[in-house]
Amino acid sequence: MRLFTHNMLSSNIKGVANGFPLRIEVEQVLEKQVDFNPDFLKNLFPKLEWKALVDAARTMGYAELPEEADSLMLESEEFLRKFHHALLELHLEEGALVCPETGRKFPVNKGIPNMLLHEDEVPDLACNQVLCPTICERYGKVD
Amino acid sequence: MSNRPELLAPPEIFYDDSEARKYTSSSRIIDIQAKLSERALELLALPEDGIPRLLLDIGCGSGLSGETLTENGHQWIGLDISQSMLNIALEREVEGDLLLGDMGQGIALRPGVIDGAISISAVQWLCNADKSSHEPKLRLKAFFGSLYRCLARGARAVFQVYPENIAQRELILRSAMHAGFAGGVVIDYPHRYARPLFRNLMMGFSGLMRRCSEILFVVYKVFAWL
Repeated sequence: MRLFTHNMLSSNIKGVANGFPLRIEVEQVLEKQVDFNPDFLKNLFPKLEWKALVDAARTMGYAELPEEADSLMLESEEFLRKFHHALLELHLEEGALVCPETGRKFPVNKGIPNMLLHEDEVPDLACNQVLCPTICERYGKVD
Repeated sequence: MSNRPELLAPPEIFYDDSEARKYTSSSRIIDIQAKLSERALELLALPEDGIPRLLLDIGCGSGLSGETLTENGHQWIGLDISQSMLNIALEREVEGDLLLGDMGQGIALRPGVIDGAISISAVQWLCNADKSSHEPKLRLKAFFGSLYRCLARGARAVFQVYPENIAQRELILRSAMHAGFAGGVVIDYPHRYARPLFRNLMMGFSGLMRRCSEILFVVYKVFAWL
């Protein structure tokens, strides 16, 4: 698992209000080279939670990212190279992701986080308050 | 007796080590998966600006469909419930990030972050109740609801599914609409072509799924008014 995935993942255990960011427990980190593509970085930047990325990279042993970042910095190749390395070249190979609210651990083996929930962790599926009336009217009620 | 894999065992059981390997070493399956993935990617209608996107591959299996995404320059996250399938994806050194997860429990991604999603031959598995706690309608709802949330505004999701019958197809469609998606169904292969195609696909597969009579693409685009 690389840090762009970590930056998107959020614990969806039943009852958890804010499952982001998952804390990283490191046993093994691998580095693999990836072709540098500034366009991808610029496109993804607005969707990232920067602080979570900085903290995650530091946990993985890479402390070169600035604490704060704004879109102007995307003009700097030096910044982009560091951003690229943190986002795409660090792999959490062995370890765990920990839900910030419940402390539940999602193990990471061979680079793959196990996000399977136990039966009692699956969230209840309450109707989406905003969408339901309109959509039920339009397409018929599902449940 | 049924010959559809969905009715034999849950996906994480059906695609055990040997079945996962069989699936990924059949050149016919590889060829068909590649064609379906290319078509799905085409229907995603990403802007043609050469910028690599962050895509989601739901039911990524051994990474056959992800390979198409990689070849087209995109980064992807693949989700699958079968550890055996993911192990083969690792062996094949796919370039996407892999997650072991159950789409019927909802996709654990933040809102608005994914530029597009594809799913090849996976969503019909949600129509089964493999455990007493499984209720297909609720699992479909969890899946489509969470997918809707994690897609960026205007992003599309393209599903290729094998519904068992019209009722199942309607259930899948209605669940998607209910989650807020708009879109439509694209049937690329008229009925009479689908059967021979599947007979070919399944020859190395002990006749499984021979009853599949439809290749169905569903394209959903987020409602403009949301």
